[in-house]
Amino acid sequence: MATKASRSAARVMMAPAVVLLLGWMLVPLIMTLWFSFRTYLPLRGGDQGWTGFDNYVRFVTSSSFWPAISTTLVLLIGVLAITIICGVLLAILLDQPMWGQGAVRILVIAPFFVMPTVSALVWKNMFMDPTNGLLAHLWRFFGADSVSWLSDVPMLSLIMIVSWQWLPFATLILLTAIQSLDGEQMEAAEMDGASVLSRFFYIALPHLSRAITIVILIQTIFLLAIFAEIFVTTGGAFGTRTLSYLIFQRVLESQNIGLGSAGGVYAIILANIVAIFLMRIVGKNLD
Amino acid sequence: MARAVTNQRKAINTAAAWIIGLLIFFPILWTILTSFKSEAQAIADPPIFLFFDWTTENYSTVMERSNYARFLWNSIFIAGGSTILGLIIAVPAAWSMAFVPSRRTKDILLWMLSTKMLPAVGVLYPIYLLFIQFGLLDNVYGLTFVLMLINLPIIVWMLYTYFREIPGEILEAARMDGAGLREEIFFVLTPMALPGIASTLLLNFILAWNEAFWTLNLTAAKAAPLTAFIASYSSPEGLFYAKLSAASTMAIAPILILGWFSQKQLVRGLTFGAVK
Repeated sequence: MATKASRSAARVMMAPAVVLLLGWMLVPLIMTLWFSFRTYLPLRGGDQGWTGFDNYVRFVTSSSFWPAISTTLVLLIGVLAITIICGVLLAILLDQPMWGQGAVRILVIAPFFVMPTVSALVWKNMFMDPTNGLLAHLWRFFGADSVSWLSDVPMLSLIMIVSWQWLPFATLILLTAIQSLDGEQMEAAEMDGASVLSRFFYIALPHLSRAITIVILIQTIFLLAIFAEIFVTTGGAFGTRTLSYLIFQRVLESQNIGLGSAGGVYAIILANIVAIFLMRIVGKNLD
Repeated sequence: MARAVTNQRKAINTAAAWIIGLLIFFPILWTILTSFKSEAQAIADPPIFLFFDWTTENYSTVMERSNYARFLWNSIFIAGGSTILGLIIAVPAAWSMAFVPSRRTKDILLWMLSTKMLPAVGVLYPIYLLFIQFGLLDNVYGLTFVLMLINLPIIVWMLYTYFREIPGEILEAARMDGAGLREEIFFVLTPMALPGIASTLLLNFILAWNEAFWTLNLTAAKAAPLTAFIASYSSPEGLFYAKLSAASTMAIAPILILGWFSQKQLVRGLTFGAVK
């Protein structure tokens, strides 16, 4: 049993972490809220006072808002679809008996450890370059015209790059979940004459549903915040400007702090909606 | 019970898995190979896969030209410093939550996790402004501090899930034998918790090494780590494939090796213990 003394000791030991995180959360958050209600242009006259909800209205009525939202959603849904579907299939494959399982797993996981700026730059130049890129060579080999990936099909290219980075994460988590699947249950179903497909849909998939939900939620949080990949490949051009990239541009490139902060508040609200669902699952696991 | 599997089926699995695995790994392999080519051979048409004149000149060029050592040192300092600082703050917190849980422990843990969900871009300007105010822009200490705060929730969570697996009876036995709080931590808990602490250290070092929002936005020339150094290859140096590859290989090699050791921890750390 915890004594009274150990309880107060525990409080002291927790204090630094709690205080730091509280400060890290509240100070910038309050500042962002404050700026979002002001006209603040550091390069053009500085802080020009209160504007009420003007920035919020202007942010959503600007011509770049809805394109940014749809770009964000296309990127999010595209990457989630690819990583989840390929991730499930790959996890099932990797779970089968084979030679060199550990080595294959290492190959599959590797992209996750490549820093975002490197993977963006390598894909942009060495694979997607319309003259010297490897994909251009491959296209020409089959007699097709090479594609200017990042300007002709920018969203597809971006989805490919980001999916390559996140497929390992999805695969690894789904593989971990699959390995906890009861082998005897599968075997019994097989003996009872269940086909491969029905075993997949009625046993494997329900067992994986929790892991899939977690992958979706965690990836959503990271994908909503994606930055370096866009910064390095297109710089937000060719319709690849996501909501977070739009906010970044408003804040640091055009130095319209009020407007950018209002956008930031929208982004925070959006992320929190996703976070609530994730926390509910994680919280259940704590009991 | 393992099912009897025919060798034929095992061979098919093996072939399929290796082909897909190599396909996924290929961009990394291609980068490593290209880093040993001359610039002319790097853009040869058709591309040369293995039979080129292997050279290490790209590595020496990159190191000479770009003061590579400083970027490397910044990366090591920022990733290492933020991880160690984070551990110093998180170990006591996780310890107390795991062994002296109160009614609010769960709420505190979830709240900590929620700070991790805060989109960085939403608080970009306040942090930028504070950094200017305190003269921390393009400063390794400022960046170390920010990355420590970003990863602190994950560090606390990982340590908490590891500490919770340590049987409480052992601590009680130690207390019965007259161990005080300090002895408890140093002689009982630490040896049992070390593997968990090591895993946490490893994963968070990797996450901090690869972090590319704050490192790009809060540094210029002086404090830039490898993420920002590589981003500077965006153009037009990016057209020199061999040098780009050499720089990239040097930036990712240490983490690839560390990463392979941390596969298991990755799952636990990034799902906050929800998948084990």
